[in-house]
Amino acid sequence: MATAPKPFFAGVAGAMVYAAATVGSSWVLGRVVDRVITPRFESGRVATGTVVAGAAAIVAVGVAKAAGIVCRRVGATIAKYRAEATLQRRVVLQYQALPTAWHQSQRTGELLAHAGADAEASTEVMAPLPYTTGVIALLIITAVWLLVTDLFLALVGLLLIPGLIVLNLLYQRRVEVPARHAQDLTGAVSAVAHESFDGALVVKALGAEDMQAATFEAAATELRDARVHVASLQAGFNALLDGLPSVATIAVLVIGAWRVDAGAISPGTLVAFVNLLTLLVWPLRLIGYVLADLSRTVAGFDRIEHVLNEPLPPPHPKPAHLPAGPLDLHVEGVGFEYEQGAPVLEDVTFSIRAGTTVALVGPTGSGKSTLLLLLGRLMEPTQGAVRLGGVDLDAVADDDFRAAVALAFQEPFLFGTTIRDNVLLGRSASDDDVRAALALARLTEFDSATVVGERGATMSGGQRQRLALVRALVGRPRLLLLDDATSAVDPSTEAAILNGLSDGLGTTTTIMVATRPATIALADEVLYVEEGRVVARGSHDDLLRRVPGYARLVRAYEQGKAA
Amino acid sequence: MGASQRLSTIDVLRRGWRSSPELRAGAGVTLLLALVSAGGRVVVPVLVQQMLDRGLHHGVGGAVFWSMAGGGVLAVVATGVAAAATRTRMARAGESALCALRTRAFRHIHRLSLATQTDERRGALVSRVTSDIETMSHFLSWAGVAWLVNIAVMAVVLGVMAVYDWRLTLVALVVVVPMGVVLSMVQRRLAVAYDTVRSRIADMFAAVSEAVLGHHVIRSYGAQRQSTERLESSIEASRKANVRAGVISAFLFPSGDVFSVLTVAAVLVLGVWLGPAGGLSVGKLVAFLFLTSLFLEPVAEFTEIIDNTQTAVAGWRKVLDVLDTPVEVIDPDPGVALPAGPPAIEVQGVSFGYRDAPVLHEVWATVPAGAQVAVVGATGSGKTTLAKLLTRLADPDEGRIVIGGVDLRDVAPSSLRTSVVMVPQEGFLFDTTVLENVRFGRPAADDDDVRAAFAELGLKSWVDALPRGLHTRVGQRGDSLSVGERQLVSLARAYVANPTCLILDEATSAVDPATEVRISRAVESLSRGRTSVTIAHRLATAERAQLVLVMDGGRLVEQGTHEELVRLGGVYAAMHRRWSSGIEAETAVQAR
Repeated sequence: MATAPKPFFAGVAGAMVYAAATVGSSWVLGRVVDRVITPRFESGRVATGTVVAGAAAIVAVGVAKAAGIVCRRVGATIAKYRAEATLQRRVVLQYQALPTAWHQSQRTGELLAHAGADAEASTEVMAPLPYTTGVIALLIITAVWLLVTDLFLALVGLLLIPGLIVLNLLYQRRVEVPARHAQDLTGAVSAVAHESFDGALVVKALGAEDMQAATFEAAATELRDARVHVASLQAGFNALLDGLPSVATIAVLVIGAWRVDAGAISPGTLVAFVNLLTLLVWPLRLIGYVLADLSRTVAGFDRIEHVLNEPLPPPHPKPAHLPAGPLDLHVEGVGFEYEQGAPVLEDVTFSIRAGTTVALVGPTGSGKSTLLLLLGRLMEPTQGAVRLGGVDLDAVADDDFRAAVALAFQEPFLFGTTIRDNVLLGRSASDDDVRAALALARLTEFDSATVVGERGATMSGGQRQRLALVRALVGRPRLLLLDDATSAVDPSTEAAILNGLSDGLGTTTTIMVATRPATIALADEVLYVEEGRVVARGSHDDLLRRVPGYARLVRAYEQGKAA
Repeated sequence: MGASQRLSTIDVLRRGWRSSPELRAGAGVTLLLALVSAGGRVVVPVLVQQMLDRGLHHGVGGAVFWSMAGGGVLAVVATGVAAAATRTRMARAGESALCALRTRAFRHIHRLSLATQTDERRGALVSRVTSDIETMSHFLSWAGVAWLVNIAVMAVVLGVMAVYDWRLTLVALVVVVPMGVVLSMVQRRLAVAYDTVRSRIADMFAAVSEAVLGHHVIRSYGAQRQSTERLESSIEASRKANVRAGVISAFLFPSGDVFSVLTVAAVLVLGVWLGPAGGLSVGKLVAFLFLTSLFLEPVAEFTEIIDNTQTAVAGWRKVLDVLDTPVEVIDPDPGVALPAGPPAIEVQGVSFGYRDAPVLHEVWATVPAGAQVAVVGATGSGKTTLAKLLTRLADPDEGRIVIGGVDLRDVAPSSLRTSVVMVPQEGFLFDTTVLENVRFGRPAADDDDVRAAFAELGLKSWVDALPRGLHTRVGQRGDSLSVGERQLVSLARAYVANPTCLILDEATSAVDPATEVRISRAVESLSRGRTSVTIAHRLATAERAQLVLVMDGGRLVEQGTHEELVRLGGVYAAMHRRWSSGIEAETAVQAR
């Protein structure tokens, strides 16, 4: 409402016109019966002017009602979507601002749902809100008119309205749970299909098609039964919701006939009331839907609020600049834990001379990747400090940091755009620089204007990794962090790239997580990590000799590769 | 896909109707009940007419008066019961038909050749048995019912109107034509607007999901501004599209009402002009005014119903299309059983291509019974395709594959699946326990068999180290395990299947060294006593093999032992030289 007050109130005004015109149309019908139809059939004649006036009144009220509806719906639509877009914008901007650690704790599907279904649900109530006010006005006008005209008829009418509302509420309550159950079963059917088709190769290779089909059929049958159950509940309620007003109308006719007979009301008034009752049925039904949606709205908005209330990390009070030239790195007593009491890194301390290349080696889960994320400032250490070129890492100004440091991951993320845009990501660089970086990463088989499919679906794993390398290299970083970034590149190409790296980037300090001897071989020094600690440091063969764990790891490795 | 892509709406309906016996059963009774239930709508107008013309004159409270009221209530109750029965019957018939259709499509998809399936296509296939069927289910619960109910109501109302006065009936009938034309024009614009809404929303989701999934990249390269611009413009575009569609529908909705009041006014004027001389009465004319609105009410709804029907028909067409897609790999019936013991495999002049792209050209090769063979070659050389043909996930376009002396196409499916087992490189696991995943290989295997399999493969210590041992859940697609660990489970799965011939597709992605060793040992135990063909991505595997087949550009270019091929100095020798330079580099470090 706050985002679009004018359209919203235009919508409410339209709804009022609609309410007045709805009652008006019944009133006009009653007058037409008394003034035009009855005289014509009972006394044989009626003035042409009266007939024309009656017809014109019917049309005029009808057009007013239509105009009210248009006004109401246009206003409500504008207000709803403006509010929805505002919420969506706030949510996605919050996503952009929240730190990587937060993103890691969230499921992608849910984040998408907040921007989509939840934002929609939160504003869902905006659209029918003007309508609801209109319906309330309609009920009040109806009640007043009935009371003023005839108490007995008012009694029937006023019994029908709460009766319908109760029936609608009952309907929502009784149908909602089975309907939600059926919706969940839809998800279950879809999960079976997804898994089974994803694993089609395994299913086929093992001849498990019949087993899978039986599982799927069981899920589909359960869904069918749930749906039929919901449908039969709905069918029963629908019959009641249709039947109740009809019975009430018959009651109005009976009592009305008696009142007409007694001379209390005219036949026209009776016709008007009957007409109005039939016109009330739909609005009363829709009220039920609105009430049902209300809980969805609240739930959706709650989920969004949760995201919006997530605190943002404060900016550093005194950002500092990096010195020019090659950068050295000092890691002092760094520790990190995702959950309290389960440290991933503990008391990590080491220094790296500017311009050298260091390999991080260690078993799976030893904390190598986490360490790179900390160095890349995607997460903050829970203990200790990192100094880059003598400056505290978290104090380095954002622009300085991005110009100096580049990261490439084992599973690169590509955007559904051109290779060039994927490389630059909004940074500026000359065509020659892009070309040189492409050549350095041996990614020469594509034109840089080629659009890669969504998430790089059109490229092989090795090509994606090489593109991510180009992205890292094009800014001529002074600190390069590679997280097993060449694992899907075939070994000979990898060697060519890494050799090229050491030639092309003489003044770059490089830290790379490595799992291949060829990769390790390119490093000046090796840091051996075990269970979150740097346990040894030295040249490859120094460590082979000195550190049993390292020797075992590398030997295991050699057996797998070269035995 | 199939030829039915060009089926017209009518054809789809006809074919779908014919192929779903569940829809046809008892459809006549349902139709009859729908007509009865439509009678409920005319009870009030008829009663109004009766009251005005007879009830008030025969005296309120008399026998005629009460029989009218009682008859009305009875009619309302009876038609209500009929309406409930109609809807329940429709839902039962429709949902049963959809359930059967869904299951049929699912089975058919699994019978389709895997060789031509890409990830994208697989997503579309999932939609065939989920969202496409859902559109039909949604149709069934609303538009399908509305068709039946509205047609029945219009027919019954028209009948009652005709009984009262045919001239006034003509007026109402004539209006339907221009009303339908105008409404369907607006409806068409609305459909276009909704199409735009859908694609704008899809664009927005694409933008949001990139921003979420690529968050770390955006952050590390400071690409927030670029990303924010894209997000904001996509949100704005989807808002505009939504408002546009909303405004069009705001006009569509009440335009039916305008037609309706114009008709009511016309009926009034004509009715008054005809007067009592024309056989009309107060009651008849008033009832007619009610009936006119009732008759025209569904017309506006029809535009929406037709739109929903088209969506459902499109879904139905897609599902029928899948059922029409020919099964390329046809199982022989009953087929020949493979002999016991490890078979020899002969690849005789095999060529194969995906649609227009040839992948294999006249490959000839022999794998001796019980031999350990490695297939090597650069990415795209056709080695994985060869593996798919060996397990009959696809049939060769030309030539044949003979296994144990039998053409692969003649091998009985059950014999083929128990004798020839493939261990795919991705190591896909189902979202259940390690135990259940292994039992996929042989459903009859019990806990002890599975435990024995891991022990035989030297993986006992690995299983014991899992949080809940064999009962550890592996997560979606096996995501709770590492790539290498997933392979271990796949190997155990192959072991319990106990095939005589094994096709192994080596993983390309990096596996941590400890697991790597486990895998290679397990593979060794698994291959023992069986014919095995390994699609090798590591030359180390080739060094160990008894025979190496070298693929290049879809042709078999060299074969022999590792030593022979290195001596030959051809493609393999060059690959080996490049590969071992990595190891040389390492030695250089050691020497430093």
